[in-house]
Order: sequence, then structure tokens, then C-alpha cells
Amino acid sequence: MAKFGSKRDKGTPAISTASLPDIIFILLFFFMVITKMRDAELKVTIRTPEASELTKLEKKSLVNYLYIGRPIEKYQSLYGTRPRIQLGDKFATVGDIPLFLEKHKVSVPEAQHASITSSLRVDGKITMGIVQDVKTQLRKSGQLKVNYSARTKVQAAE
Amino acid sequence: MAKSKNRMKNEINASSMADIAFLLLIFFLVTTTIAEDKGILVKLPPWSEEPLVELKFKPRNVYSVLVNAENQLLVRGQQMKIAELRDNTKEFIANPTRREDLSESPTRAIISLKNDRGTNYGTYLEVYNELQGAYNELWEEEALRKYNVGYSKRTNVKKRAVRNALPLVISEAEPTSYGTEN
Repeated sequence: MAKFGSKRDKGTPAISTASLPDIIFILLFFFMVITKMRDAELKVTIRTPEASELTKLEKKSLVNYLYIGRPIEKYQSLYGTRPRIQLGDKFATVGDIPLFLEKHKVSVPEAQHASITSSLRVDGKITMGIVQDVKTQLRKSGQLKVNYSARTKVQAAE
Repeated sequence: MAKSKNRMKNEINASSMADIAFLLLIFFLVTTTIAEDKGILVKLPPWSEEPLVELKFKPRNVYSVLVNAENQLLVRGQQMKIAELRDNTKEFIANPTRREDLSESPTRAIISLKNDRGTNYGTYLEVYNELQGAYNELWEEEALRKYNVGYSKRTNVKKRAVRNALPLVISEAEPTSYGTEN
């Protein structure tokens, strides 16, 4: 018996896992905070062009997103392959933009209305025509702060 | 009796807590898209129904950039590659050698950008990026020269001072519609 007892004393005790949940919870909270769930399922293909002079959009709640691109394959039989506008999770036309902007505006405190930015997420492979129409509509609606969404350019090796 | 006493002493087993937390963690890991919304910030001119007043500028102060439906560039009447645009723009604005045909001073320089409805959006943004980049580089140089510190490290007041010395004016004309849209 004495033999057993001495052996147990020498052996290293098991590492306590009692704090493991806490550690995991910290990680969990971190990811919960930084997560931004994609609010709209994209119905158009968008591969934004590359650029180097980028500005980061700071406040997510002050940004509304306008997507422009060709419909994805699933919708091509219905909507064709010409570029379309997507607002929220629906296809839309230029005429729907003012209402969309207004809907977003009411969710923002009035003091911050001036800093609302429209993020244009536009596919790099479409032509300017539809983008121009959207820009004109934004100007008519008084939404002048616009962000052309782009990816960071990967520096080419020289 | 003995049994029930034992039960009373028992704590809730918390070892599954880690598993639950792990599950949640993995869920958020998967759904996370780290905010990567970046882009070129522009300020559009306000819309007005009245016909535009035609302003006269000296031709030497206007840097006209035309992008056609073939995605070719015509800068001040000459063809140019996008790769050359940035340096050319910088030279036009700053005019370090006081050339007669370039801008009188950076405050008077105006960039006029015009595209076609058939222009590729990618090309358009690339051109815009170069023009913006030219100004960013000029601001950086100006800040270094004036305050000995890079532009991005300046306070907002000094940033504004730099920007006022080299104001960014990109005027966009109504696009032509020669090319085919698709």
C-alpha cells in the first residue's frame, strides 16, 4: 500500500481542463463580434476589379450595398445574361433605387445621414452603361458618397 | 438515504460545456467573413435639372482623359497606356519644369474624365485608380516636403492643408454612347 501511495505522489497530475470552456468562450465571443453575416444572397456574379488606392469603409451600419452584375446561372433563363442590379436580395431596376435608399436611411440616426455611403459592388467585366444609370439615379436621390468596391491589387513581380 | 445524499453533493457536470462552446465557435468561424469592404471613395456631383453652365478653362489647365468602348485611352489628344497614366498625371499637375503646356499651378489643374457607355467597368476603375493614385503620391510627397512626415500619418488639419495645396478635381462628363453595352 505504501508503495502505491508514493508512486501517486510522484506522478504528474492531470492538467486541469476546467478553464478550457473559458478560453473557448473568449474565442467564441471574438468571432461573434467580428462576424458579419452576409445579409443578402447574391443573385448576380460579382468579381470586383483590383485597385491599389483603397479606402476602408468604417461603419457598416452607414453603408448600403448595390450589386451590379450578370445573373448567376440559376436565374439566367429568367433574367438573361445582361447585367442587372440587385438591391437587398431581389433583382431591381434603376427606378427602385430611391426607395431602397430611403428604407436604409430611416434605420440610421438623423445626425448621421450625411455620412451614409453607397457601396457599389460591381462586376469588373460589365460595361459602364448600367453603372452610369445607377450613378445618375444616386445623384438625383442626393446620395453622393459612393464607394466603388474593389479588391486589393496583388503587386506584380517585376 | 446514502444515495440521495450523494446526489445532493454532485455538481452539474460542466465538461460538456467546452464541446458546446466549440460547436458555437466552429459555427461562427465558418460564417465569418472578415469585413473586407474596401474601395475607391468618390463624391458625386449633385444633380441639377438646370442646364450646366459652361465654364471656360485654359486648355493648358485641363487634363482630359477619354476612355472609349474599346477600352483605349486618349489623354490630351494622344493615345496612352494605363501604365503610363499615373506618372503623366503627376507631371501635369505638379509641372516641375514649368512647361508651357502643362498646368499653371496644382490648384488650377482639372482632370476631366469621360467614358463611353460601352467602356468596361474594370478599365474605368483602373483609370480612376491611377488618377487617384497620382494625387495620393503627390500628397505624400507634399506632406514629406512640408512637414517631414508622410501624409497618412498627419492629423486631419494638416491633411486638409496638403489637400488644399493640391486639390483633387476630377470632373466626369456625361458618357458617350457609341459602344455596345452588354
